[in-house]
Amino acid sequence: MTFPIPWDALFGGMLVGAACLALLALNGRIAGISGIVSGALSSNVHEAQWRGLFLLGMVSAGILMPFIGFELPNDTNLAPTLTPMIAVLAGLLVGIGTQLGNGCTSGHGICGMGRLSKRSIVATLTFMSAAFVTVFVRLHL
Amino acid sequence: MFRLVALLSGFIFGVGMMVSGMVNPAKVIGFLDVFGQWDPSLAFVMGGALLIFVPGYFLAIRQQQKPILADQFCLPKTRKIDKKLIGGALLFGTGWGLAGLCPGPAITAIGSGALPISLFVISMLVGIRLVAYLQRPRAPSPLNA
Repeated sequence: MTFPIPWDALFGGMLVGAACLALLALNGRIAGISGIVSGALSSNVHEAQWRGLFLLGMVSAGILMPFIGFELPNDTNLAPTLTPMIAVLAGLLVGIGTQLGNGCTSGHGICGMGRLSKRSIVATLTFMSAAFVTVFVRLHL
Repeated sequence: MFRLVALLSGFIFGVGMMVSGMVNPAKVIGFLDVFGQWDPSLAFVMGGALLIFVPGYFLAIRQQQKPILADQFCLPKTRKIDKKLIGGALLFGTGWGLAGLCPGPAITAIGSGALPISLFVISMLVGIRLVAYLQRPRAPSPLNA
């Protein structure tokens, strides 16, 4: 095995894990992004407020990190694969799917699997499989 | 403090999305393309996250009576593995595979102003609201089960 360890992916993942751990240990909340987005629109002010702040933190990272050399996607490099029509269709599927299935890559994949929740393990295996199949169909059929 | 922790953990989460390369849909699709030029590196994102989360959860959080800044842990109570969970995960996975975007990276990248990212986030919100509206509490229906 001469596979080089992708340190950026590993280190970035560790930061995500640390963020999830901190939010749970300190605030007692699950860092599932689809759930946080959904709950940010809640009519309960306290619930909407912390979620709004969490999302603000995420967006700030996206705005600030390019100043130290980390790139955000732009219209040019997105164009070949992510057309506006696919973005709309995919966004709808992701919104409907995460709301029905109560979670996404972070909520089920990290916080749920990390607590050995059977429900989250099943959900993660299911959405990973669907994503593998979708990419296969799109690129190879 | 509670609000500051929410803001800072969101920031660290976003930094992780940037550092790991999850915000790049081409890289995500490269990871999902197992039968093509497979780029396995993104497996290390979830691996790295679990490497920190799992020991932290089982060694520390599980011993805590309650979170440090709140009255109780808000954990999902449902344990049911039902059609809603599977169907939802299938739809989500299909959308993730199509765009190479899931909610975390999409929200982090919203400041790029890139049109497909904005369209993705807006339609994701529409999808979430649509299901939330259909699932709103009312007389018992199969959707609320």
